[in-house]
Amino acid sequence: MIPAAFEYAQARTIPEAIALLQQHGEDAKILSGGQSLIPMMKLRIARPAWLIDINRVPGLDSIEEQSGHLKIGGLVREAAFEHSDLIRSKFPIIHDTASVIADPQVRNLATIGGNLAHGDPANDHGATMLALGAEVVATGPQGERVIPIEKFFVSIFTTALGPNEILTQIRIPLPPPRSGGAYLKLERKVGDFATAAVAAQVTLDGSGNCLRAGIGLTNAGPIPIKAKKAEEFLRGKKLTEANIAQAAQLASDESQPSSDLRAPAAYKRGMVRELTKRALTRAVERAQG
Amino acid sequence: MANTQHIKLKVNGADREGDVETRTLLVYFIREGLNLTGTHIGCDTTSCGACTVLLDGRPVKSCTIFAVQADGREVRTVEGLMNGATLHPLQEGFHQEHGLQCGFCTPGMLMSACALIEANPNPTEHDIRLGISGNLCRCTGYQNIVKAVQYAAAKMQQAAAKIQPVAAEIQPEVAA
Repeated sequence: MIPAAFEYAQARTIPEAIALLQQHGEDAKILSGGQSLIPMMKLRIARPAWLIDINRVPGLDSIEEQSGHLKIGGLVREAAFEHSDLIRSKFPIIHDTASVIADPQVRNLATIGGNLAHGDPANDHGATMLALGAEVVATGPQGERVIPIEKFFVSIFTTALGPNEILTQIRIPLPPPRSGGAYLKLERKVGDFATAAVAAQVTLDGSGNCLRAGIGLTNAGPIPIKAKKAEEFLRGKKLTEANIAQAAQLASDESQPSSDLRAPAAYKRGMVRELTKRALTRAVERAQG
Repeated sequence: MANTQHIKLKVNGADREGDVETRTLLVYFIREGLNLTGTHIGCDTTSCGACTVLLDGRPVKSCTIFAVQADGREVRTVEGLMNGATLHPLQEGFHQEHGLQCGFCTPGMLMSACALIEANPNPTEHDIRLGISGNLCRCTGYQNIVKAVQYAAAKMQQAAAKIQPVAAEIQPEVAA
């Protein structure tokens, strides 16, 4: 399959990429990992007249702890999370997430910035970032602005990014002691989108009560869903089996999956319940170290 | 044409160049521009992995990256595996362990497996299955492919073990 013809520009800096976006307006698309955009161009669902390749912009591919945050560059490849000691040791939830995205070859090119900016509710990072309370940095002609992840996903394939903005960084507050998280995904086979998937992140106090719970759902509605009722229910409570089961039911009630080739909606809601239970259980285990 | 660009890249160690339309996918440039038809086009939808090549040492699906993106970079294809007339241990392994039936997926399997054992010379069966999880085979049921990769890993480790004592023997002489 051959995409429609387009003009290709390789940006060397973010300001250069933004200037090109301003120049070509809605006819231009940013090319990051390309693992969603190129398939869409081959199907001619997307027909950008200009592709602005940011893959060679330096400085956007680091994962680092800085001033109380984990800062992830927009160009970090999914494979980099699998091999990062920092992610393995301190953010196993992100390790869980990246390692079930697509397949090894796709993960060598696909980027976290693209995963989020594409706005596909089936993409896995959205739920995890909701659970972690992340922020994204959008860089545009006026400079940077920080968008809380809860405000980032607007509707299906639509985010809060402006037409001349590029997602350049993800910031995650460093979790306090006694925190843990997990991402669990039910997929028919490697490379498929989730039938259902759940991200859970918890912080416990010294006596084992839940200080904070973050729960995100993948592919359970038009945008990644933050299961707020389940999160609120858990706050201040002991994470007993009964309380986890109750939270899982609330998360399932908050999901809005639609029936498709993967499964009927009722089955998906059942899987959201079960995966929430398991993700919370694993998150608690990890929080207890 | 404005949307044609000239690219230069290394393919299997040799400098290659050509004019490509910007929309040309890397796999078409490799097959039709360079006449390296060992790399196969299977599904053309980022699913099957038959088109897997190594880009700067990492396996990617060459149907899902534009040739212009490979400008200045290094590509390895299945044609680059042999050393002169000697099969790569992976190729030998696929032969010895019957790691293929129709053979269509084999070039992609070999390249994914090649990246795997270069990064992880002693992979477990689980590592191998994960390493080839982006490559579909509709004939073998994967069992013999896993055995073929194990064969290659064992052979390469034996070869490495043979080299090491020699180096250890030489070292004192050099020091003296």
